[in-house]
Amino acid sequence: MQLVLEKRAERSNTIALVSPLIAIGLTIVTMVILFAILGKNPLLALHAYFIAPLTDSYSLQEIAVKATPLVMIAIGLSLCYLAKAWNIGAEGQFLVGAVAGSWIAVKTQGTDAGAWVLPAMFVLAAAAGALYALIPAICKVKFGASEILTSLMLVYVADLFLDYLVRGPWRDPHGFNFPTTAEFDPVATVPLLIEGGRLHLGSIIALIVVAAAAILLGRTIKGFEIRVVGAAPRAARFGGFNANQLIILTFAVSGALAGLAGIIEVAGPVGHLQPGISPGYGFTAIIVAFLGRLNPLGILIAGLFLALTFIGGEQAQIAMKIPLDVTKVFQGILLFYVLACDSLILYRFKLVFPNRQVARGAG
Amino acid sequence: MRKSLLALAAGLLLAGSVGAASAADKLKVGFIYLGPVGDLGWTYQHEQGRLALVKELGDKIETTTLENVPEGPDAERSIEQLVRAGNKLIFTTSFGYMDPTLKVAKKYPNVHFEHATGYKRNPNMSTYSSKWYQGRYIQGLIAAKMSKSGVLGYIGSFPIPEVVSGINATMLAAQTINPNIKVKVIWANTWFDPGKEADAAKALIDQGADVIMQHTDSPAPMQIASERGKLAFGQDSEMIKFGPKTQLTSILDTWGPYYIERVKAELAGTWKSEDTWGGLDSHMFAMAPYTNMPDDVKKMAEDAQAAITAGKLHPFKCPIVGQDGKPVECKGGANLDDGQILGMNFYVKGIDDKLPGK
Repeated sequence: MQLVLEKRAERSNTIALVSPLIAIGLTIVTMVILFAILGKNPLLALHAYFIAPLTDSYSLQEIAVKATPLVMIAIGLSLCYLAKAWNIGAEGQFLVGAVAGSWIAVKTQGTDAGAWVLPAMFVLAAAAGALYALIPAICKVKFGASEILTSLMLVYVADLFLDYLVRGPWRDPHGFNFPTTAEFDPVATVPLLIEGGRLHLGSIIALIVVAAAAILLGRTIKGFEIRVVGAAPRAARFGGFNANQLIILTFAVSGALAGLAGIIEVAGPVGHLQPGISPGYGFTAIIVAFLGRLNPLGILIAGLFLALTFIGGEQAQIAMKIPLDVTKVFQGILLFYVLACDSLILYRFKLVFPNRQVARGAG
Repeated sequence: MRKSLLALAAGLLLAGSVGAASAADKLKVGFIYLGPVGDLGWTYQHEQGRLALVKELGDKIETTTLENVPEGPDAERSIEQLVRAGNKLIFTTSFGYMDPTLKVAKKYPNVHFEHATGYKRNPNMSTYSSKWYQGRYIQGLIAAKMSKSGVLGYIGSFPIPEVVSGINATMLAAQTINPNIKVKVIWANTWFDPGKEADAAKALIDQGADVIMQHTDSPAPMQIASERGKLAFGQDSEMIKFGPKTQLTSILDTWGPYYIERVKAELAGTWKSEDTWGGLDSHMFAMAPYTNMPDDVKKMAEDAQAAITAGKLHPFKCPIVGQDGKPVECKGGANLDDGQILGMNFYVKGIDDKLPGK
């Protein structure tokens, strides 16, 4: 008897819907076993991970704060990926946006500038992120350079550029040489939504972005174009759609969203520009995009879920003394199962019996 | 039975009304760590301090740690999570937690905070640090005696005053032995990155350094020096097992006594916001045994240690000449004053490097 994977005649839509749920179910089963081996009460641990963070407004706010950059970047990336344009460099676009927006904040520091500062920071950050994303897009269209490599390499350029600025020209003169700018003025800071919490305007912007993407993909010709170019390039050519133009467009949009996420993070929860403003949001967002099935609503849910595992992991560290590494194992297992279950959309398990009699007997 | 139920109910009421006492009536003490507890350097030593604390007061307190907390927006959330979990005294153990700690401290005036190596305080936020420059001075003496090439290699982390004062103390000490000594500095721009630290050690050795000193936290530079047959100083913790024939000594952060003292104050209700800056005399740090050196060098190091502990020798004794050749103003009479050392932003004469951003 043998277990083989057999290609399905057509993709299974049922599995496409339930596979994330199967994956989460399998993850929970695995984690229960792991917690039991560690000598922790699995039910209490799962409670700390998934339930406790949802029970008070403080943790809910923190989940939203953590999910905001992930969702914004992932929405942009999903447009690229739907059009089969592989933007891997959202992290760099995020950083460039943060730098460009911070430029206004740093230059207007202490000048009593008006309320125009924050909107101007947003616009500049989005523009810078878009321009930065256009570099790999144009290299791809004009010279056939792999956008995967070029966009990825530009991440390190952006990272070092930010590093240079906060260690050199933009360093806080009163910061004892620590690599950071001075705290932004209130006019250059993203307003908070709830007194005493950390929930900020950026979360609302992320929701607007999700809604806009849903409308774009579901109701407009441009959205249809993006999906056709990705799914059926030949049909798209016959339909007169210009694939190169779409690469440029989707890269620019995803760069703009990543840049906007960057300045929102810096002018929001951080409050100043410093190295390490992103614990890899641009890369984690790739996971969020695929976890959310490249669907705007799915991405919103996936972003919130991943944020929940971060916050829950921290609460588990505090409440159960579970080490941080377990949270990382947990996230890794989750992704593993998601990918594994996804293969069931196109394939199915089949038992093969070399002994025909048994097969006949069974059939 | 009924009695204990009543007591329990009363306890719950009390806990509800003051909102302070936990069910078990143990003081909750939280720690935020920069690295993993197994970094063998900075965080490891704080963890050792916490273990000493638990050993001493384990029946009266309950400790919680969060490790690998980045010095960014996540730190504020992590600190606040500890507050919300009922911790009443929280140690945040890296410079980069300064602003996040202050933000949370202002929000929760009834919780006490202790921030390591910073300079911002609040009525409920203390700072604590050590005069490591005293240990660096002793290392500078040893290094100058032991170096054959006359070139010392120094791996810096960030050019903040604590690190700059360590480089200067090393140089001032070394110059008393060998006026032509050279100190080469490489900035790793990290506290903990074994790969980068190893590269920096290799580069320094390739530039002729034969004694390696570090202000970063991993044992990687010690291992490289050991491979290349050079000498080195450990950092934060005892690193002799990474270079049995290499380590000369190491500055050992001994946080235990301080943590015990502060928690005792908290338990007694006498905790106050303070600025603690302790040296060899107050046992905030110690020197690892002097190894891999001749007896006369060892004797010199021990004498210097005794003199510093007794307050007879000050590493920043005036006159001090800056890198630009001009004398440094001496605000402390015979020595630089604490403010000048805590805010040190200049190199002394002879250092073969430009201070970043200067």
